Amino acid sequence: MPITLDEVRHVARLARLELTEDELRAFQTELDALLGHFQDLQAVDVTGVAPKPHAVALQNVLAEDVARFGLTRDQALANAPKSRAGLFLVPSIRED
Amino acid sequence: MSNTLGQLTATEIAAALQRREMSAREVAQAFLDVPDTYGAFLHVDAERTLAEADAAQARLDAGETSPLLGVPVAIKDNISTQGRPTTCASRILEGYIPPYDATVISQLHGAGMPLLGKTNLDEFAMGTSTENSAYALCKNPWDPTRSPGGSSGGSAAAVSGGLAPISLGSDTGGSIRQPAALCGLVGFKPTYGRVSRFGLVAFGSSLDQIGPFGQTVADVAALSQVICQTDGLDNTSLPDAPLGAMDLANASVKGKRFALPRELMSDAVEANVRASIEQAIRTLEAAGATVDHVDLPSLSLGVSTYYVIAPAEASSNLGRFDGVRYGAREEAPGHVESLMATRGKKFGHEVKLRIMVGTYALSAGYYDAYYLRAQQIRGLMVAEIDALWGEYDAILSPTSPCVAFPLGGFSHDPMALKLMDFCTIPANMGGYPALSLPCGLADGLPVGLHLMGPVRGDERLLELAAGVERALGCAPLRPPRA
Repeated sequence: MPITLDEVRHVARLARLELTEDELRAFQTELDALLGHFQDLQAVDVTGVAPKPHAVALQNVLAEDVARFGLTRDQALANAPKSRAGLFLVPSIRED
Repeated sequence: MSNTLGQLTATEIAAALQRREMSAREVAQAFLDVPDTYGAFLHVDAERTLAEADAAQARLDAGETSPLLGVPVAIKDNISTQGRPTTCASRILEGYIPPYDATVISQLHGAGMPLLGKTNLDEFAMGTSTENSAYALCKNPWDPTRSPGGSSGGSAAAVSGGLAPISLGSDTGGSIRQPAALCGLVGFKPTYGRVSRFGLVAFGSSLDQIGPFGQTVADVAALSQVICQTDGLDNTSLPDAPLGAMDLANASVKGKRFALPRELMSDAVEANVRASIEQAIRTLEAAGATVDHVDLPSLSLGVSTYYVIAPAEASSNLGRFDGVRYGAREEAPGHVESLMATRGKKFGHEVKLRIMVGTYALSAGYYDAYYLRAQQIRGLMVAEIDALWGEYDAILSPTSPCVAFPLGGFSHDPMALKLMDFCTIPANMGGYPALSLPCGLADGLPVGLHLMGPVRGDERLLELAAGVERALGCAPLRPPRA
């Protein structure tokens, strides 16, 4: 079943991507091609197969409990698109 | 193009520096003087490179003999470099200057290797041709109308084109090995966890690994000795990361056993590549190796598995680009609107596609069908491969099903480029060490032979590769100069 334009719009919203109508249509075609290719995964019997989320699994990796310097405030702010008075300046998150 | 140093390998340059036949500054200057006609570099800071060369020379003059001391190195631009731009070839990181060094960069400084500059790549390392760079077209030194491969195309073009003796790339699904193949170089992806990922801008965290490009196996082995170290800043760093002793000089393929999976020599491999690989196999057999055909059925699912898992991890990793703490920001009335505008306008098409695929695969209702299932198939794939290590020293295949392809040749068919990754993906799935080395030319363009070994078998794989290199007798392979 081909992916609908509304589904593409929903995924873009979840992904926090503002897309033009042209882009939405392009991604509809490309997502369809990829999802179509993924059908080969559906044919495999994976009953009882444990998922493998890591290439080489390690367990209980602990960091040494030692103090070390991080970034200074100026270093942390140096790349910010906007800052003021030693703080990151962000767009408003509430309605006035 | 008059840089005669381009005719020397990194280890040869190191030896010449030790003999005081040239200074580290002269070496760095010679490489900086080569015009970058391939779009290999995105950023060069000659003054700083020369200052680092002078510091290396002081160490040489003090009698220090570390193996690559004074040899300059090019760095893929998704590896953080303090005070030097790191863009990932993306508009979203335009102007970003990291306040810290990646662990591998600290290691290079420790080894006294001046940084020549930051190299071109597919945006966020997503691609197979370096055509997804937001900044510059990258060309293959063997034929500038063709792609160097990708995503580490700039690091490959820099070494192949004589702009750097050695370089670092990153490999999530083949991004070191495929460009190495297409540019006639040796490219090595060490075992996952042997090289710290701290400071490597994350793409697919369970797959990403930094590794070297060089002209010979000895070169990549020497740089691997520098970067394979345990690092407390990376929780996936192996406690036994440092490489043990290797004997490359006496390596031989005599008595070695190779497995050739039929799935990686399928009809998708073009005839000229197939002929070159078959010729290489005959040469190895004549030198006393055995090569057996084997069946690894789940390898045919590699591309699908990868293009679920890697985008899923990428969609999460790239969530950090929010236009607040660093990088570009598009202003809009409200936080979410600004976030969406920033990401929509500053990420390129392929990056957005992969974020979309990953978000879809992880979204409610699809997680089990795609992401969980892909992880289960990853488990099947690794079990099939692991069953071979008792019997074989390495799995052998082509690296890429084709030689370097024309730039723009696949712009009408984005799926075609993704399908090309099938030989290199299995190594990332299992964290296996793997490398590509040149095995000859087809129609005047390099063909790469791919070798993969068991997890933590990096030293034996490099020795085996040195034996293969000697038997085939075609490295270093340099493009014809104009």
